[in-house]
Amino acid sequence: MGFKDLINSKKILSLFAAFMLLGTNLLMAQSTATTIAGTDTPEQKADMWLGVGYYALLLLLGCVIVAIIGKILKIYDLTLQMQGRKGLNWNNIIGVICLIFLVAGLYGAYWSLTVQGSGILPEAASEHGAKIDFMFWVTSAITLFVFFITQILLFGFAFRYRGSEKRKGYYYPHNNTIEKLWTVIPAIVLTILVVFGFFTWRTVTNVDNKKGDINIDVTGHQFAWEIRYPGRDGKLGSVNYQLYTANNILGVNFKDRNSFDDQKADTLVLPVNRTIRINIHAQDVIHSFYMPHFRVQMNAVPGLPTFFKFKPTITTSEMRNRLDDPKFEYLLYCNKICGGGHYNMQKVVRVVTEAEYQDWIERQKPYLSDQLKKELKLADRGEQNKAGKNRIALNN
Amino acid sequence: MSTLAVHDHGVVHHDHDQEHHHTDTFITKYVFSQDHKMIAKQFLITGITMAVIAMLLSILFRIQLAYPDKTFPLMETLLGRFAPNGRLDPEFYLSLVTIHGTIMVFFVLTAGLSGTFSNLLIPLQVGARDMASPFINMLSYWFFFTASVIMISSFFVQKGPAGAGWTIYPPLSALPKAMGGSGLGMTLWLISMVCFIASSLMGGINYVSTVLNMRTKGMDLWKMPLSVWAFFLTAILGVLSFPVLVAGVVLLIFDRSFGTSFYLSDIVLNGKIMPFEGGSPILFQHLFWFLGHPEVYIVIMPAMGISSEVIAVNSRKPIFGYHAMVYSLIGITTLSFIVWGHHMFVTGMNPFLGGVFMITTLIIAVPSAVKTFNWLATLWRGNIRFTPAMLFAIGLVSFFISGGLTGIFLGNAALDINLHDTYFVVAHFHLVMGSAAIFGMLAGVYHWFPKMFGRLMDEKLGYLHFWITFICAYLVFFPMHFMGLDGVPRRYYAMTEFPAFNRWLSVNTFITWAAITAAVAQIAFLYNFIHSIFWGKKSPQNPWNSTTLEWTAPVEHIHGNWPGEIPTVYRWPYDYSKPGHDTDFILQTTPFSETMSSNLPHDFEDNPVGLEQYNQWAKTQRSSEEVK
Repeated sequence: MGFKDLINSKKILSLFAAFMLLGTNLLMAQSTATTIAGTDTPEQKADMWLGVGYYALLLLLGCVIVAIIGKILKIYDLTLQMQGRKGLNWNNIIGVICLIFLVAGLYGAYWSLTVQGSGILPEAASEHGAKIDFMFWVTSAITLFVFFITQILLFGFAFRYRGSEKRKGYYYPHNNTIEKLWTVIPAIVLTILVVFGFFTWRTVTNVDNKKGDINIDVTGHQFAWEIRYPGRDGKLGSVNYQLYTANNILGVNFKDRNSFDDQKADTLVLPVNRTIRINIHAQDVIHSFYMPHFRVQMNAVPGLPTFFKFKPTITTSEMRNRLDDPKFEYLLYCNKICGGGHYNMQKVVRVVTEAEYQDWIERQKPYLSDQLKKELKLADRGEQNKAGKNRIALNN
Repeated sequence: MSTLAVHDHGVVHHDHDQEHHHTDTFITKYVFSQDHKMIAKQFLITGITMAVIAMLLSILFRIQLAYPDKTFPLMETLLGRFAPNGRLDPEFYLSLVTIHGTIMVFFVLTAGLSGTFSNLLIPLQVGARDMASPFINMLSYWFFFTASVIMISSFFVQKGPAGAGWTIYPPLSALPKAMGGSGLGMTLWLISMVCFIASSLMGGINYVSTVLNMRTKGMDLWKMPLSVWAFFLTAILGVLSFPVLVAGVVLLIFDRSFGTSFYLSDIVLNGKIMPFEGGSPILFQHLFWFLGHPEVYIVIMPAMGISSEVIAVNSRKPIFGYHAMVYSLIGITTLSFIVWGHHMFVTGMNPFLGGVFMITTLIIAVPSAVKTFNWLATLWRGNIRFTPAMLFAIGLVSFFISGGLTGIFLGNAALDINLHDTYFVVAHFHLVMGSAAIFGMLAGVYHWFPKMFGRLMDEKLGYLHFWITFICAYLVFFPMHFMGLDGVPRRYYAMTEFPAFNRWLSVNTFITWAAITAAVAQIAFLYNFIHSIFWGKKSPQNPWNSTTLEWTAPVEHIHGNWPGEIPTVYRWPYDYSKPGHDTDFILQTTPFSETMSSNLPHDFEDNPVGLEQYNQWAKTQRSSEEVK
C-alpha cells in the first residue's frame, strides 16, 4: 500500500515538474513575444522574468525539500515499525513544539512590546489626550496580564497533557462554582472599565455644544482640507453648499454679516492652552478629521456638520525640543477612505503661543477675496436673470 | 411527539430514494444536487477557491505596502491598466482592499464556513435524512455561486471593481464620479451581495427548520453537540440581520441609479453642485452595521462550535461547562444585535448613543471570556491527541484571546477616538474574526474530511501547514497593533508621504514577507486537500473515536445518510473518558442500560425511571460487593 502511494506521488511529482517546465517555457515565450512587441525596456522585462523564474524555482525547490523530508520521516517511521518498535510519537513531538512555541512566542511578544511598542502613542498634546492615555495604560495592564496568563495556560496545558495511550482524560464535565467565578470576575473588571471609559467619553464629547474660545471651520473634500477662521468678530458666517463657485469653494453665505471678516488659512494654527472648537464639514464624500497627537478624531460627513472641542497643551516648538527633531510637525490626516488620493490628504497643524497666534492671524487673508467680491457684485446684478433661469429649470 | 412524526416521514422518504437510486445522473449528483453532503462539498470547494483568490489579492496590496517605491513589471503584465508601469494604481489598491475584505468576510467565512459545515453536520449530527427543504438548499448554493461569479467578474469591467472599502459607505459608493470603483464595479458588487443574501437566507431558514423539526428520536436540544448549537444560533442571527442589509443595499441602488436621496445631502463633487437633499450617510452606516456586527458573530460562532467539538474529541474529555457554553452562545447571539454602534463612535452619531453602545459592547466580552475559560478547562487534564484539526482549534483559541483582548480597547469609546480606522483595528479584527474563524474552518476541514470524502488527509502536511500559518499570522498581525497605536491609518496606499511613518517601512516589509510565507504554506494545504480527495488513505467509519451521530453513518455516502432506521440518541455528545467504561468514548446511540458500570446519578437528572433503575443497580452492586 505504501509502495503504491510512493509510485502515485512520484507520478504526481513528475507531472508537476513537467507542468512547471512547460509553464516556465510558455511564460518565457510570452516574455520574448512581449519584448519584441513592446518598445520600452526589453532588458528590464527579461530581468523581470529571470526574477520570477528564480522565485518559482526557489518555491519548487522548497516543495521538493518538504517532500523529501516527508518521505524520510515516513521511511524512518516504517523501519521503526518493522523492527517491532513503536513509530514516531507525534503527540510528544507536537507537545514539545507547543512548548517551544510558547517560550519563543512569549519572548517575541515581549520583544515586540518593548521594541516596537516603545514608539507608540506619541506624547499626548491635548488636555483630554492625557486622560485617554491613562485609560489606555490601565486597559493595557489588565489585558496584557490576561493575555500572558491565558496563552501560557493554553500552550502549557497542550504540552503538559499531551496524549499518551497509558492515560485517560479526566472526566470533569462542569463545576458551577468555578464557572460562576469566571463569569463574575470578568464582569466586574469590565464594569470598572466601562464606568471609567463612559465618564471619560462623556467629558471628551459632552461639551454642551458651547462654542470654544476659538472656532474654526475645517472642510474636507477630495483630496484636501480647507480652513476658515472666524476673523475679529469671532463668529463664522453660515455656509450653504448651493452657493459654491470656483472662488467661493466653501459656499460661504455673504448675506450673513458674520462672514465678512472670515479668513482662510493654509495651516491650522492653534494657540496653546485655549479651547479650540473645530467645526468639521465635508463637501463630497465622508472624510475623517484625524490628529493622532491630540487624540482627536471625528468624521467629516456631507450634510451633517460635526465638531470636536479640545485644548492643545504643547506647542510645536516645545514638542520639537522634546523629540529633538527640528523638523517635527503636528499633522492632520484623513482617516476615512475617500478615493484615490486618500493616502495623502495631510495638513500641517501648528500649535503656537498666544502672542505668536495673534501675530499670525493678523497676517491671514480674508476669505472674501477681490475676485469673490467682483463675482458677488455680478451675482447681485444678475439676480433677476438667474431667477428667470431657475423658473425655466423648474418647468422642465 | 413531533420528532416522532418527522422521523416517520424520514423513513418514507428514504424508501422512496432507494427505489429511484439508479436515476442519479452526473447533473443531479454533482451539479444540481439536492443532497446536503454534496451541497456542503460544493460550498467548501467554492469557498476555498474564493479564499485563494482573496489571499492573492491581499499579497498584491501587501507588496505595494512593502515596496511603495519599486516597480514590478510583472504586475503590469498581469493587471494591465490597473498597474501602470508596474505600480498599482491608487484606486485599484482600494479596490483590492475592498474585494479582499468582501470575499473573505462574506464568501469565505460566511458562506464557505456556515454553508459547508451547517449543511454537512446539521442533518448528520441531529439525525436527519437531509435538510428540511433540499430544493431550497440547492438554490442556496447556486445563488451563492452566482454571487461569486458576479463579484469576480467586476475585475473585468473598465474602471475596476468596487473600491469604497468592504463597508461601502456612501457617498463614496453612491457617486459614480467619486472614484473609478464606484461605477459599474459598485453596481456589480451590489447585485452580487443581493444574490449572496438571498442564498444566505435560504440556507439559514433551512438550518433553523432542520434543527427544530427534524431531530431524531431522543435528540432533545440539550443533547445536541455544540457545533449544531452554534450553527443553529448563527442561522437565526443571519435570518434576522441579513434582510436589514438588503434594505440598506436597495436604498443605495436607488440613490445611485434613480436619483433618490436616502443617504445623500449637501454634496459638491468636483466643482459640481449635486441635487441631492435631505439624506443622511449615517443612516447607511446604521443599516450596514445592524447586519455588519452580527455578521462578525455569524463568522466566528460556527468556528467556535467546530472547535468546541474538535477540542472535546481530541482532549478525550467532555467539553467543560456544556450548559455555560450554550448559554454564552445564546448571550452572544442576543447581545450582538445591540452593539453595532461601536463601529460608529466617531462618525458623527450622537455621543450619548456612543456611550450606550460602549456599555453593551463590553458586556458581550463576558460570554466570550466564559467560552475561552471553558476551552482552557477542557484541555486541563485531558489526554490531548494532536491531530491537525486539534492544532487548528487550539490556534483558534489563541487568536481569539489575542484579538478579543484588543477588542476591549476598541469597544471603549474614549480609546476608540484615537484608534478608529487605524492599523490597530486591522490587527484586531484579522486576529479575532479573520484568523480565528479561518482556523475554525480549517479545523473543521481536517476533522470532517473523512466524513466528506471517505479518506484521511495527511497529518504531517497538516502539521506543517498549521505551524507555518499560525506563526506567520502572528508575525503579520502582531506588529500592526503598534503601527495603529502610532496613528498609522488603514487603507493608505503608501506611507511614504508622511516622514513620521518612515520607521514603519521596515515593519511593513517584514509583514509582507510573513504574509507571503503564510500564503506559500497554503500550498501544503491545497496539495493535501486535493491529493487526499483522490488518493488519501481510506478512512474507517469513526476515525477519531468520536461520540457524535455523524460517525455512526456509513463511510459511503448514501442519500438518506443511514441505511435502515435512523439511530436513536440516548445521551449527551460528550461522554469521553467516562470512568468505569472500557473505551474512552461512548457513542450517543449507546443506551444507558448497556453502560451500567459507568453511569452516574447526574446522567438521569431528567429521567426519574432511569434514576430508579440506576439506584436499584447501584444497590445490588454494593450488596454484592459486601458479600465478597
